[in-house]
Amino acid sequence: MSGPAEVTEITLDQTPTLNSMFRFQWEKAQDCYVLLYPEGMVKLNGPAGEVLALVDGQRTAADIVQALQSKFPDAEGIDRDILDFLGDAREQLWISL
Amino acid sequence: MSNSGSACNGQPSMAPTLSNVPTHGQPLWLLAELTYKCPLQCPYCANPVDFASKTGELTTAEWIDVFTQARELGAAQLGFSGGEPLVRQDLIELIREARQLGYYSNLITSGVGLNERKIADFREAGLDHIQVSFQAADPEVNNLLAGSKKAFNQKMAMAKEVKAQGYPMVLNFVTHRHNIDQIDRIIELCVELQADYVELATCQYYGWAYENRNDLLPTQAQLERAERITNEYRDRLAAEGNQIKIIFVTPDYYEERPKGCMNGWGQVFLTVTPDGTALPCHSARMLPIEFPNVREQSIEAIWNKSNGFNHYRGYEWMKEPCASCDEKEKDFGGCRCQAFMMTGDANNADPVCSKSSHHDLIVKAREEAELPSHKEPIYRNERNSKVFCKG
Repeated sequence: MSGPAEVTEITLDQTPTLNSMFRFQWEKAQDCYVLLYPEGMVKLNGPAGEVLALVDGQRTAADIVQALQSKFPDAEGIDRDILDFLGDAREQLWISL
Repeated sequence: MSNSGSACNGQPSMAPTLSNVPTHGQPLWLLAELTYKCPLQCPYCANPVDFASKTGELTTAEWIDVFTQARELGAAQLGFSGGEPLVRQDLIELIREARQLGYYSNLITSGVGLNERKIADFREAGLDHIQVSFQAADPEVNNLLAGSKKAFNQKMAMAKEVKAQGYPMVLNFVTHRHNIDQIDRIIELCVELQADYVELATCQYYGWAYENRNDLLPTQAQLERAERITNEYRDRLAAEGNQIKIIFVTPDYYEERPKGCMNGWGQVFLTVTPDGTALPCHSARMLPIEFPNVREQSIEAIWNKSNGFNHYRGYEWMKEPCASCDEKEKDFGGCRCQAFMMTGDANNADPVCSKSSHHDLIVKAREEAELPSHKEPIYRNERNSKVFCKG
């Protein structure tokens, strides 16, 4: 998507919120989390779904990292992956911080 | 309202994976045409021209049963359409049920019959999104096209209210030769109303629009100008940091290859008409095919087993030039309705395709668009519809 260049790095103290355009839910028929928006649907892959499931406008990025680290103790370097994903999600206008 | 540009204009994000065998996806998109009644008379309406002969609307309980069954099969998006869905007195009940079932629900409305209280009540009941259709960016042209003196001001007020109450808002303009030259004013109006998405959907020629094509089809020059101006606005708005998304749907009459209609027959879309007839697209009712009815069969049987839905799945049905065409998996031979309307045989290639032996019909329509004089439109209303009713 082309938009105004907003390249500021997301930091661990920021709190992501799902934009009101989207509804996040588990879709049994798709066997994955999805984002629903006017007349459309984005199917989320496993990691994206796990992160967005924790985006509630209360948890900081650090909280999300911590929660996923304890859920997947063997995963390495997930803080970088999570911040990168939140950056992509912001660019897609799924979330604001 | 109908002809929202969604006819044969699938959502890429929802496209299933297609293979060579006539397997099929899930009915992710359920369009519930609750009624054919409408206070407006738009001459480009996609409803059947003989709608006045279709009686016996589904009851509240029947609709809820349809929603429940389709949700089981994977439907996630539900469109409340018509006619004008606000005419249904049970709309709020249907919205509430849709939300409980987990649908993302879309109200596709002219805005006529809407008010501040209803917008709030629908929100409370769980409606996710309201799409307001406009006929033009100024009151005179809008009201002329809509066949109503008050429509424009009502739409403006309702669009503002929809936004004020926190809904995402899609504004839909069906464009044609009478309003496409105002594309700059249309876009400015959408920006002023703070729309999230704008669909500048060039009229598709089905139903009433096909009858009125001579009065509606823009010229090539009109189209090119409109697309150029739209692109300029997109760039300018993006540079200003405006997040509005503007979707410009080009009309297939100016293409050399057909659209991949509905993302394939019976692949994503399920339309249920006011009387319960189930269709793979909302124009398909015109085809000489027997379509199933939700009063007689389950949605599962309709989607997976009925002749109507299996009719154009896969590629076996194709004739030349489609059968041996290396693009058939991309466009599925185009639109069956367009092939039927223009050539008399729904199995033919869509005449939009330059490989079609009927492509001259499209070229002729383009040439007619260049002529100075045009027919008076036939407005979509009960009286005019009866002229089209058989028997």
